[in-house]
Amino acid sequence: MSTTRLALRQVGYTNKAFWRNPAAAFFTFAFPIMFLIIFTTLFGNNEVQVLPGVSVKQSTFYVAAMSAFAVITACYTNIAIQVSFNRDAGILKRIRGTPLPGASYLAGRVMHAVIIAFILVAICVAYGRIFYSASLSARTLPAFLVTILVGAASFAALGLAVTTIIPNADAAPAIVNASILPILFLSDIFIPLTPGTPQWVDVVSKIFPVRHFAEAMQVAFFSPTGNGFRWGDLAVVAAWGVFGLIVAIRFFTWEPRR
Amino acid sequence: MGTAIEVRGLRKSYGDVEAVRGVDLSVDHGEIFALLGPNGAGKTTTVEILEGYRERTAGEATVLDHDPARGERELKERIGIVLQSTGVDPYLTVAETVEMYRGYYPSPRPLDEVIDLVGLEEKRDVRVVKLSGGQQRRLDVAIALAGDPELLFLDEPTTGFDPSARRHAWEIVKNLASLGKTVFLTTHYMDEAQYLAGRVAVISSGEIVAEGPPSSLGGRDTATAVVRFRLSAPDVSLPDAMASGVTREDGGFRYQAADPTRFLHDLTGWALENSVTLEGLDVSRPTLEDVYLKLTADDAERPEPAEVSS
Repeated sequence: MSTTRLALRQVGYTNKAFWRNPAAAFFTFAFPIMFLIIFTTLFGNNEVQVLPGVSVKQSTFYVAAMSAFAVITACYTNIAIQVSFNRDAGILKRIRGTPLPGASYLAGRVMHAVIIAFILVAICVAYGRIFYSASLSARTLPAFLVTILVGAASFAALGLAVTTIIPNADAAPAIVNASILPILFLSDIFIPLTPGTPQWVDVVSKIFPVRHFAEAMQVAFFSPTGNGFRWGDLAVVAAWGVFGLIVAIRFFTWEPRR
Repeated sequence: MGTAIEVRGLRKSYGDVEAVRGVDLSVDHGEIFALLGPNGAGKTTTVEILEGYRERTAGEATVLDHDPARGERELKERIGIVLQSTGVDPYLTVAETVEMYRGYYPSPRPLDEVIDLVGLEEKRDVRVVKLSGGQQRRLDVAIALAGDPELLFLDEPTTGFDPSARRHAWEIVKNLASLGKTVFLTTHYMDEAQYLAGRVAVISSGEIVAEGPPSSLGGRDTATAVVRFRLSAPDVSLPDAMASGVTREDGGFRYQAADPTRFLHDLTGWALENSVTLEGLDVSRPTLEDVYLKLTADDAERPEPAEVSS
């Protein structure tokens, strides 16, 4: 079988195991949806300015923001924690002793995460449409899909990269959450950034890919004019993805690190 | 066809620690070969070099005519590996797990055959997380067999097994050999090596200190035999001809010779004639364990060197 066929086959097994693992399914799948419901319920009717001169209901903002959060959870958090656990359990080492190319195994995991990300985004968008008439326009749909794809691939690469600094499975959730949660709070995901936001937040958050990804998602979701592409933001996200890929290729290990 | 495994002057260092110090090994096709040694002697390092997990520092290694360090897919398709500690996805069932691994190989063994071979038929549709330790180990073996390998590496396959599980595992390995597979086994159990292996090499402090069939390892077969016995009645004494050759030990007698046949003949003849019972009569040669303990005596229990993953 070719490397690609093997990777596709691996997606199936990854998916089976994913849904049978209550923790993975809950934290990856239920979390973003739960947050979407809570945030829209609590703050849904406020207005928030998302682009110069463009204000939307906060419920609409959260549909785009939680879609971005879902992509990050499914690709970065999920991959980093699952791969660390599998490495610690010796699963990766065993795979390494078979003819399955390492690239097929990891590609299978990444593809699965990207599929989960798309499903989650679809749920967020459907929820917004049903309860808050926050609709996605066909005009910006291509931008929305491309943004998700670039974000999913980049955060998956970063998820693989961060496993190289995780010493063992016990430390995995702590390190992964510590690396992403503060950035999520500063990056226009959980809390909308307003003109009154301190400047340091603006400066710091623009270093990392989350803010760029969040804004690209928002613009692709509710830009009143144009095709909704934010090429500059996408370039920053993709650059982080390439950086993650290089780190992963250089330092990824298949054996438990003890 | 040549040998299945050929190793010459194999060395492996981790920093300043030399874990393997010039090992030579040769394993024929179709034989069960055991690498026997205490913890930290270099067994796992050696086998993991042959499996392709570690790079050697020096020396030659050939596995099925391939250099294992290259990690070639063609080689991996022909070998099966049971690592010392390794996991499988806990949320897949036994059948799903074996099926997943079968898909990695060009000509796998039939699924049911693999599951039957390790005796997991009844656990076929049970998730791995629900298996006992022994059953998980059997699944490890099943996975290693999924690709129908010519050569199987088993790194301490029965460590932590209860006696009946060990017996069962041994039968599996014996069956494999009867199918013409080559088995390279590491163990620190003497009885395991003795029962399974056609040939044993003893490794100590990273060096092979003895090699041969278990029955003659370290000169076992030619070593002096020891005869031990006690006399039933304290007032009888051995005839002078025999008494001169024996020493007293624990209230009994001990006689030592390369060939004790003559002595035994005289002793039992005398005992019959005089109606003396020879209590606890015992003739023994050094066990594999005696030989092993002697060979590895200088290998003080030292921890396995920290393994640097590459």
